[in-house]
Amino acid sequence: MVDSPEGFTGEGFFATSFDKVVGLARKNSIWPLPFATSCCGIEFMALMGSHYDLSRFGSERVGFSPRQCDLLMVMGTIAKKMGPIVKQVYLQMAEPRWVLAMGACASSGGIFDTYSVLQGIDQVVPVDVYVPGCPPRPEAVIDGFMKIQELVHNESLRRRNSDKYKLLLESYGIQ
Amino acid sequence: MSDHSNIRLPEGSIEKTTTTLNLGPTHPATHGVFQNILELDGERIVKTEPTVGYIHRAFEKIAERRPYYQITPLTDRLNYCSAPINNMGWHLTCEKLLGVKTPKRVDYLRIIIMELARISDHLICNSIVGVDTGAYTGFLYVMQYRELIYEIYEEICGSRLTTNIGRIGGFERNFNNTAFQKIEKFLDEYPRVLREFENLFTRNRIFIDRTQGVGGISAERALNYGFTGPNLRAAGVDYDVRVHSPYSSYEDMDFVIPVGTTGDNYDRYQVRNGEMWESLKIIQQAYRKVQEFKGTEADVYHANLPDYYLPEKELVYTSMEALIYHFKIIMGETEIPAGEVYMSVEGGNGELGFYLISDGGRTPYRLHFRRPCFVYYQAYPEVVKGSMLSDAIVTLSSFNLIAGEMDG
Amino acid sequence: MTNEFIKEKLTEKFGEQLTEWNEPYGLLTFTAPKDLNLKVMTYLFDESSLNFRFLTDLTAVHYPNRTGEELAVVYHLHNLVDNVRLRMKVFAPVAQPDVYTASGLFSSANWMERETFDFYGVNFVGHPDLRRILNVDEMDYFPMRKEFPLEDQTRIDKDDEMFGR
Repeated sequence: MVDSPEGFTGEGFFATSFDKVVGLARKNSIWPLPFATSCCGIEFMALMGSHYDLSRFGSERVGFSPRQCDLLMVMGTIAKKMGPIVKQVYLQMAEPRWVLAMGACASSGGIFDTYSVLQGIDQVVPVDVYVPGCPPRPEAVIDGFMKIQELVHNESLRRRNSDKYKLLLESYGIQ
Repeated sequence: MSDHSNIRLPEGSIEKTTTTLNLGPTHPATHGVFQNILELDGERIVKTEPTVGYIHRAFEKIAERRPYYQITPLTDRLNYCSAPINNMGWHLTCEKLLGVKTPKRVDYLRIIIMELARISDHLICNSIVGVDTGAYTGFLYVMQYRELIYEIYEEICGSRLTTNIGRIGGFERNFNNTAFQKIEKFLDEYPRVLREFENLFTRNRIFIDRTQGVGGISAERALNYGFTGPNLRAAGVDYDVRVHSPYSSYEDMDFVIPVGTTGDNYDRYQVRNGEMWESLKIIQQAYRKVQEFKGTEADVYHANLPDYYLPEKELVYTSMEALIYHFKIIMGETEIPAGEVYMSVEGGNGELGFYLISDGGRTPYRLHFRRPCFVYYQAYPEVVKGSMLSDAIVTLSSFNLIAGEMDG
Repeated sequence: MTNEFIKEKLTEKFGEQLTEWNEPYGLLTFTAPKDLNLKVMTYLFDESSLNFRFLTDLTAVHYPNRTGEELAVVYHLHNLVDNVRLRMKVFAPVAQPDVYTASGLFSSANWMERETFDFYGVNFVGHPDLRRILNVDEMDYFPMRKEFPLEDQTRIDKDDEMFGR
């Protein structure tokens, strides 16, 4: 159960601003897309288990289809061979979409400073939250997830059409 | 009427009788990143072409840059479901190069850790085979008990998954009482859990129909393809590195090797299940043997190796010799013999080999990992030819392919 | 089956062509000339008293100081019945690294040779499908050779000075 947003309540009605309600609904029903490549994927499996339940945050259903998901969780090392695929999956997601980079490898290349590893997925997609660790403990991932929830809650409804966002996407080569 | 003359089909696509399906690197059925381009005739698979390398992290090149004690965290990330086995394998390789013999207590503690890792690896594999045939419950139930294993690792080395356990010559600290209590708790609770997990699958009509007769391989083809580990044992060959070239006092343990007959998915499931029971037996024996060490013998947790094993921090701050050794080891001034050594351990997937060439310097000249997953994935096109698409998915997960190990 | 027995049988068949006999850490190692690698392996496979029917590992090493034979291809063979291992090395010059493929004899050599080609550029003659396996297809150099660096030189976010390179 969640607290109701601020608004004006009366006999049989409740008036509040639209983006507060939408933010509240969105933040408690994020459907993540686990893009698990390596060791962080196993920690994600532990996160989905009953000990560190992720479904209590509303993410009961993890989807594998980008069309249906809101949050792209990139877990594990992304090699240069895999980079275009991350970008393709990101492009297939519908707005609004968020990206969480889990682990040191996804954030900045991790311990693999080599010719074949992409030094962080923010070379190809814009990232919202970085969760450091190798692998991060499930509690750390939950902390990152809660930060995403904050971002989702406070996002203005006009952000995705704004010029600033368009500039951000263009800097990654995404139209 | 709209004009469809602008549609251009690819060359030869009308004459083609098969469908091309891309089981791409991201797919709920690929447990790890590898791609399979399948040619399907209806639902039967005619040809597959696997592509790997989507998580190539150049371990072998990194290893040429790092001193020997810094390579342990790299080996963690090979088969990350059973990281301690990789760590121990690397330590055993270095000890073989240096000609070091570890005390018995260290060997038994190593056996406990390695068998716990093997249980953890086989649990993931078997439960994922269950998920692919539609049974999600087994996976969720068993994940809860992997947390117990993680707690044991945490008590010993501080980390859950990528453990970096142990040092060349032993362990970094003695196992404290909490660790032993947790191991006892695991030994008490786990048999019941494994029995319940077995009850869900072993005589389940649907599971047997999905997995028996699917994905089989004969022993001759398996040997030719370089299979090792549970996949080879399911095909009928009883080759286990722990028995053939015993390391770390495995010869003192009493266990059997489960062997299958046809090498199909059901046999692989049974072999892994049997191995988990055997691992439990081995841990019980090793635990009892460790408890027999009393007095000062119970404080032994590393070999006497001042040239390669870092001294205790209190000694480094107070005694001169310890400070000098500390300096020499970190700066790489210790004598490392030149030579080449090949050492293999029984990993969760088979014979994990380390081929190390040392030229006497601080870092290896060449380190090559013989990764079992990479070698046996080549057999996948042959194994899956002629079966249906859903069978191919179950075969893929029953092979236990760990992408980190495959690409390395 | 002892190492001496294997050495006797091999020298009986191939004579002086097999050189550099050594037993580091108990594992019999020898060097064969580049053109004989498949013949030696076939003999070890077929001969009933030797029976080396399992290819454990196939890899390469780059020795830039051995001019004329810089690339060494190393085969680890295993006789599972008698539990004996063997290591065979074959040297090839870096200018023309052609070595006969073992994939006709051992199906496991297929991908292992592709990996060796990907990392060192060893050209396996007769391989059914020799192309890069682990690296991106567009890569035009062989990364594991000693002259190439580990890091990607075009990265901008990491400062080599601070990382001690």
